Amino acid sequence: MIEPQETPVLDAKGVSKSFGAVLALRDASLRVRKGEIVALMGANGAGKSTFVKILTGVLRPDTGHVRIKGRDSQVGSPAEARRSGVVPVYQEPSLIPDLDVADNLRLGNTRAEPFRHWVAELGIPDLRMDDMIGRLPLATLRILDLARALAAEPDVLLLDEMTAALPTDLVERVLRVIRQQADAGRSVIYISHRFTEIAALCDNATVLRDGVTVGSVPIAPGIEERIVEMMLGADLSHTNAAPLSVKSRPSDLPRLRLRGIGAGPRLTDVSFDLHKGEVLGVVALEGQGQDELFDVLAGNLRATAGTVEIDGRPASFRHPADAIVAGLTFVPGNRSQALLMPRSVRENIALPLVAELRKWGIISKRDEDARVSAAIERLQIDTRAQGEVRRLSGGNQQKVTIARWVAKGVQTLLLFDPTRGIDIRTKRQIYTLVRDLANKGAAVLFYTSELAEVRLACDRAVVIFNGRVVAMVEAADADEPTLLRAAYGLTEKAPV
Amino acid sequence: MTVTDTPPRARIGRFMAANPLVPLILLLIALLGLLEAMNPGIINRLWLANAIKIAIPLAMLAACQTLTMLTGGIDLSAGTAATIAAYVTATLSPLIGVPAAVAVAVACAALIGLVNGFGVAICRVHPLIMTLGTGLIATGCLLVYQRFVISTGTHIPDFLVWLGTGRTVGLPNGLVLFIPFAVLLIWGQRRTGFGRLLYALGSNENAARLSGVRGWQVYLSLYSLSGIIAGITGLLYLGLVKTPSLSLALPLDLPSVAAAVVGGTSIFGGRGGYAGTIVGALILTVLTTMLTLLHMPEGARRILFGLIILAVTALYIRLTDRT
Repeated sequence: MIEPQETPVLDAKGVSKSFGAVLALRDASLRVRKGEIVALMGANGAGKSTFVKILTGVLRPDTGHVRIKGRDSQVGSPAEARRSGVVPVYQEPSLIPDLDVADNLRLGNTRAEPFRHWVAELGIPDLRMDDMIGRLPLATLRILDLARALAAEPDVLLLDEMTAALPTDLVERVLRVIRQQADAGRSVIYISHRFTEIAALCDNATVLRDGVTVGSVPIAPGIEERIVEMMLGADLSHTNAAPLSVKSRPSDLPRLRLRGIGAGPRLTDVSFDLHKGEVLGVVALEGQGQDELFDVLAGNLRATAGTVEIDGRPASFRHPADAIVAGLTFVPGNRSQALLMPRSVRENIALPLVAELRKWGIISKRDEDARVSAAIERLQIDTRAQGEVRRLSGGNQQKVTIARWVAKGVQTLLLFDPTRGIDIRTKRQIYTLVRDLANKGAAVLFYTSELAEVRLACDRAVVIFNGRVVAMVEAADADEPTLLRAAYGLTEKAPV
Repeated sequence: MTVTDTPPRARIGRFMAANPLVPLILLLIALLGLLEAMNPGIINRLWLANAIKIAIPLAMLAACQTLTMLTGGIDLSAGTAATIAAYVTATLSPLIGVPAAVAVAVACAALIGLVNGFGVAICRVHPLIMTLGTGLIATGCLLVYQRFVISTGTHIPDFLVWLGTGRTVGLPNGLVLFIPFAVLLIWGQRRTGFGRLLYALGSNENAARLSGVRGWQVYLSLYSLSGIIAGITGLLYLGLVKTPSLSLALPLDLPSVAAAVVGGTSIFGGRGGYAGTIVGALILTVLTTMLTLLHMPEGARRILFGLIILAVTALYIRLTDRT
């Protein structure tokens, strides 16, 4: 229905961007024609978010160009991008919480009339202009963001995970409005993890892998498999290394039993069992509720639904200290969240040993020395950079966060992406350590954003999509295509 | 100390960073040298004993600031708590006897600390605001107390006078209290669980929480302890000044913060310690003497004092912070 020779509304070509030594984008391109909805897809770390920032003027590309309506737009700032007709709706609401709706509109120079029209159209009829943004629920905020973008009458609407955190009835309305926009001649760049929406809504999909646009395909029935292949690339055979160990699980009482856990808008219904001696992987695309799941288990967040049982006894935590007493110890994904950067390796490792009120007295130097040096040795932490933890390399810092719990004694270890951003040698050491701990009777829950790690480190993996468990995969079957398909919700099986 | 090529300078930098006390002590010695040059013969045993005597209450009140600053807090009510303890002791001693008066006095100071702890730990009020507030409230209470207590005269217990002003073999008797106090604190900040937790909370409160530390327990204990230390300081200061007043230890409030900061404790928490604070208190005492000797008008003296504190702190951070 669209003439192919027509000038595209948005044409990005040969875009590259590096941050220091890290090349985030090498050769990204994207073409969007008038009235077209294009899905922009890519696995974790493919460079999607960098590309989006370049398209919306937040970042300048190192090389390449972005043309909007045929004009070479050196997009320099978000405001410039907006004027040229590209209007984004990001995953995080971009409204100011301490102002009311009307003030937020004034700040963004949004006209109230069209905004009101779109808010009603999108299914929020009872919004008052003097409602404080900070008091509105997340789903409403996302709708307001979208309504604001629509009121700006954009040529290109960029939607990042627009339907995440929305209830189903709102999702339907949003999708209908987007379709209408496209029929009226506007273009849409649609970023989503949900294949069903992409299949229902989009005309084309452009796929990024390792910072390169690897192709663009029209959406047709059965195209999901093709897209997954494109996201993974052809060199998959290399990563099929032999799994470290696959052992039979004991059939006794599980160490940890979750039933119907829900918390916040993202985590809705997660159930699984974790046994002693087992390393259970958790696989999920970004923002599918895994952060909340780990926070609930660590005692950092209260669950709003479901039950947790430890060794058959129901448990609920008001504070991380409760979880630690119950044997659940948590290594967060962000090292800076876990470490006392200006303090020594010793103080960091020994911290949980003095946390309880009855341990506030004199520290037994002998006991502390023994535990700390055993943990340092076990994890092979390079302590040549004596002194402050902030001077250690990322890998060594990560080891310190784990060593802390090794020194305390591990029963159930919750690892959230423990190998992100560290070198391959350290990664291997961490796999070995995790296996070793499991062999000695620990239970380990291991979230990883690197799919290849599941085979290397885990016995099986639970796949979470949209806040619920969609698959349970044995390590032997956990090749990347299987996991990625499951993570995109393409193989809905009955949860185990 | 002038170094021409970079490697020795880098080495000195590393050495200073590893031993943050060394530049402080060097500065103290330099100031003493300067003082002696300005006024030859001034530094003798009597002068030294006197300086130490004056520095002790300042160093003790600065302990309140050091401990709370390690967690990123501050205790601006310490001077008030000290004043109240002193005033209560002096007025109650004739009525209920010295031991009971001292007990009530320290309990009052502890109560101020407990209220601070409650506000900081449970209500999550910023320590600056909380301790400022309780300080003002407590000052008000002291005024009310002063009007209600029948003026039976004041009595300053003899042992406090002995402790505050007395000398034995040329050394101030205050050291009998101060040396064990300082040793306990310096040892305790590193080698007790409680001490470690102060540094942990000041470095990264969230990390401490994830490691199982219940912050409110620490804050509640910390501010109560700070109140008690302030109360004991008030008693000692009463013995030194020998006249109770409604603003006895208030002039020590801000110098006690300055002593901790000059002594290398970071106001943002996580770094520093009491040993530095002691040297900081000595430096401030020597500086005050020097400025008094300059025969300057009060205004100029204060301006100079403020400028020197800023300069010393800036220089010290440059010397010891190697990132």
